Amino acid sequence: MGCEMESDQPEDLDVVLTSMWPEDMNEAGRQFNVERPGVDQDMLEEVTINKEPKIVDFQRLMELTNYSDKGNGQLVKLVKNWEFKQANVVRLLREELDQLSKQQQEVELKKLEILEEHRFEKDGYGGDKRPISILDENLRYLYQDAPKRRKDVVSQGKIVAIDAEYDSVVYWKQRAMHLEKLLEASLQREQVLVEKLQESIENLERQSTPVEELSQVLKRADNFLHFVLQNAPVVIGHQDKDMRYRFIFNHFPSLGEQDIIGKTDVEIFTGAGVKESQDFKREVLERGLPAKREITFETELFGSKTFLIYVEPVFSKAGETIGVNYMGMEVTDQVRKREKMAKLREEFAVQKAKETELNKTIHITEETMRAKQMLATMSHEIRSPLSGVVSMTEILATTNLDKEQRQLLKVMLSSGDLVLQLINDILDLSKVESGVMKLEATKFRPREVVKHVLQTAAASLQKLLTLEGHVAEDVPIEVIGDVLRIRQILTNLISNAIKFTHQGKVGINLYVVPELSDMNEQGSEKKSQVQSTDSANTNGNGHANNSTCPEESELKNRSCDQNGDQMDQDKESGTKAEERVVWIRCDVYDTGIGIPEHAMSNLFKKYMQVGADTARKYGGTGLGLAICKQLVELMGGYLTVSSVEHHGSTFTFVLPYKVSSASDTDETDELSDTDHQDVLGDDDDLNSGMFLFQPRTLGTLFSSQLNGRIPKLLPNSYGNNCNGLLEDCPLPFSNIASNEGVSEEGSDSTAGAMETTSSMLEIQHAGSDNLKEQEQDRSHFIAQEIASECSSTNRTTVEKDETKQHKILLVEDNKINIMVAKSMMKQLGYAIDVVSNGAEAVRAVQRSAYHLILMDVYMPVMDGLQATRLIRSFEETGSWEEAVKAGIEMEAASHQSCSTSQVEETRKRVPIIAMTANTVSESADECYANGMDSFVSKPITLQTLRQCLQSYLV
Amino acid sequence: MLGLSVEQLRADMNRLLAILFHQGVLDEQFLQLQQLQDESSPNFVSEVVTIYFHESEKLLRNLRALLVDKELSDYKKMGIHLNQLMGSSSSIGAQRLRNVCAAFRAASELNNRPGCLRALELLEYEYCYLKNKLHEFFQIEQQRMLAAAVRYPAPQQHRNNPQG
Repeated sequence: MGCEMESDQPEDLDVVLTSMWPEDMNEAGRQFNVERPGVDQDMLEEVTINKEPKIVDFQRLMELTNYSDKGNGQLVKLVKNWEFKQANVVRLLREELDQLSKQQQEVELKKLEILEEHRFEKDGYGGDKRPISILDENLRYLYQDAPKRRKDVVSQGKIVAIDAEYDSVVYWKQRAMHLEKLLEASLQREQVLVEKLQESIENLERQSTPVEELSQVLKRADNFLHFVLQNAPVVIGHQDKDMRYRFIFNHFPSLGEQDIIGKTDVEIFTGAGVKESQDFKREVLERGLPAKREITFETELFGSKTFLIYVEPVFSKAGETIGVNYMGMEVTDQVRKREKMAKLREEFAVQKAKETELNKTIHITEETMRAKQMLATMSHEIRSPLSGVVSMTEILATTNLDKEQRQLLKVMLSSGDLVLQLINDILDLSKVESGVMKLEATKFRPREVVKHVLQTAAASLQKLLTLEGHVAEDVPIEVIGDVLRIRQILTNLISNAIKFTHQGKVGINLYVVPELSDMNEQGSEKKSQVQSTDSANTNGNGHANNSTCPEESELKNRSCDQNGDQMDQDKESGTKAEERVVWIRCDVYDTGIGIPEHAMSNLFKKYMQVGADTARKYGGTGLGLAICKQLVELMGGYLTVSSVEHHGSTFTFVLPYKVSSASDTDETDELSDTDHQDVLGDDDDLNSGMFLFQPRTLGTLFSSQLNGRIPKLLPNSYGNNCNGLLEDCPLPFSNIASNEGVSEEGSDSTAGAMETTSSMLEIQHAGSDNLKEQEQDRSHFIAQEIASECSSTNRTTVEKDETKQHKILLVEDNKINIMVAKSMMKQLGYAIDVVSNGAEAVRAVQRSAYHLILMDVYMPVMDGLQATRLIRSFEETGSWEEAVKAGIEMEAASHQSCSTSQVEETRKRVPIIAMTANTVSESADECYANGMDSFVSKPITLQTLRQCLQSYLV
Repeated sequence: MLGLSVEQLRADMNRLLAILFHQGVLDEQFLQLQQLQDESSPNFVSEVVTIYFHESEKLLRNLRALLVDKELSDYKKMGIHLNQLMGSSSSIGAQRLRNVCAAFRAASELNNRPGCLRALELLEYEYCYLKNKLHEFFQIEQQRMLAAAVRYPAPQQHRNNPQG
């Protein structure tokens, strides 16, 4: 808009413009328009015609212009500008006037000169000059413009050169002509000046009034604004201090003037954001400072839109705010994009975080796996040499040592055992965790397990605690499960309970529960159980042994002494028992220190104990419970704990067991008939399943025979075994029926004794010596002495019974292996038959009945797997057809000569245990698939052999 | 004085055993064997080991014969021999022999003749080593037994003892 003026008064432009524009827009406006004023003008015309989107309260605008500070300033500036312009014009005119008057004077002077020169010729030529002077006189006030130019044109000082002689006619003629020319030129000039004058006059006339000029300026500004704002998505408005619209410019008007002017936002719109914008405007009004804000509107009028709103306060001349200018721009799309971007960025960040997290997790998992693997490997690697150390120590213990050396050795042994136990625990744990551990399904009697565990615990008991066990009547006599693992869990829990209990009792409570029973019954059950055990105190020991004594079993030339006794109890529960699953719950309770609430959560974690002080006080690795829990869960049950600090804890595990099928019970029925007379009253004991080990009772009971009933610091196995054995000692001589379950523990005890082999050179002396020693000083017992004594007594009495009771067949082709196995069996107290391949094994089984077969898998002629299949097929069908088919010559005669009972017995499923060189699980699966019951990995050790015999020759 | 020599011999034995264990020549299975030795079979270990060496020597001879026959190496038969050897080795706790056997068997399963030959050489070496060491061991043990046996009897036998 200022551009048109540029040509005339460029220096004025800025002055005018600054008043017209908000400061910050000045630059942009200029840039935009400086170049082509003409074109702009055209466009502006157009704009003015086409669009009239603004709605103005003119009166208010007038008022604004009059009263507001800004309007006032603007007016003042406009007026100043006009005044300045006028002043400038006046100055110019004055300058010109001065010049003209100067020229006038010069011309006058010239004229005077000329007149002086031509005084005498006044007559003839005076008439020529006259009009000029008049004209001069007249023009004198009018010739103002361009006096300078004229000065150049007028050649005043030029002396006219005339060739003719002075004062001659020619001369005067020439002179006259010359002057005439000058006159002509003068006239011409006069003409020009007149024109100029005319023009000036017109110009003067055209010169507008200040108001006109101002309105023109305003109009230009207006046009420019229109041009700029033509398509801008902006809303510009002014609101008074009541927030009523006084002016609004909106490119997309959707409301008429009457709808807006004089109303507030709230009155016009409804919906979200309206109130906020109004409040915002009001805030600006109050604070008197311009501000920007983004407001999202959600109105019915134009839907959901986001506006960037700029609001500035308008001040009156007195400096009070009288309203606000507001400018809004729709930024919905931008906001949306921005939000989208933000969201994307956020998602990206989240994803990235997740990724890193995942990577970390993967890394950790890998690390953990590797660490576990390493731990397992390490443990294994450590175990081998460690067992070497322990074994060597044991050997060393058999040599002649003095008391102090023995003491030291004892410490060595117990430390070694502890480390071995720890390593075994770690191995177990990593086995369970890596899923390598396989469970075995074997038949076992829960009552016996409970009894054994309690006996074992009682044997190694070093405190005055009552150990009790109670098996409910509804618990089946025989169930199927992994007895070794269950025993491990029970032993672990019991030893834990004993460890943390200083007085009172520790007990096991076994009963059938419906699947996933609630915990509430436990309390009442326990109470009744406690009462019943109390009442049973007096004959508690009677309960504990429910098997026959060795004499009795010796009398019977049958090998199934205990089997018989216990199986006849199957009649009650067993006949009912189909192939079904029972859930048996086992509570291991104590009256110990309990577990504080806060420690419950850590209880089953690895290497965790209740507290640092606990660990210090009680020792232990903190692995036991973790293993128990994992084992229980592996078997499909669950392990829970409830505890009251200082009053005791109860560990409860519930496991599913299969109950033996009905066919088994039929068989046992027949068998048990013969045994029934031998075991009077045992029925009740077994079914009530009550076991009680009271410290005092035990003491008196055994003091008659041996004072050292409670050995100190003995590993469990020794104690347990000796428990039975020490009692056995006098039996052969006194012929008194034992109160303890001797025959059953017989195998255990032998095994236990054998574990600590020694060259028994001095046993005969030591035996009697030891007895005296024990009586003198109980606490000086050590494992070795007891063990050696056990084995010595063992040899004389129990062992012989056992060998008669159990027939074991070893199928093995390797001479060395045979030798070793034979020797081990001898130590364990069994005589064995040996055959060297599968075919011979089948023939041997045909000849006589065995209670256990140890079968090598890879053998010449016929391997162990095939032999097992053949034996199993015989057991199922009763005929050797399969074997004959396989090309084995059968001894028909011997088969027929068998008595009926023998046939029955033979056809009972013989436990077959594979001996395999590779311990890999696949081959184990193969063994199971072929009908084997278990497997031991070669080379066999006393330990594994004993475990195996224990679980199959009970 | 004699008691001292018994102790000395016992220490020697233990040291020797410890070395063999440390070298991995033997493992704890050997201790199992020792555990099986009692008054009813006082020479159990040496008996078993003697039989073992006897058997192994036969097996090694057979293996060499099988391998020398370049054309018709009967790898299957070799495998049976090796299984046998491996079984007895692991039974007496000859760990290193057992491991070599395992490697040998792996090579024989792949019909890898050079591998087999190498393994056989190693096997023979290990066999000799074990034999020498165990021989030494049993010799010491015998001395120890003798020394232990003369502990209580008459003093005149003391003098004879060290030479025995």
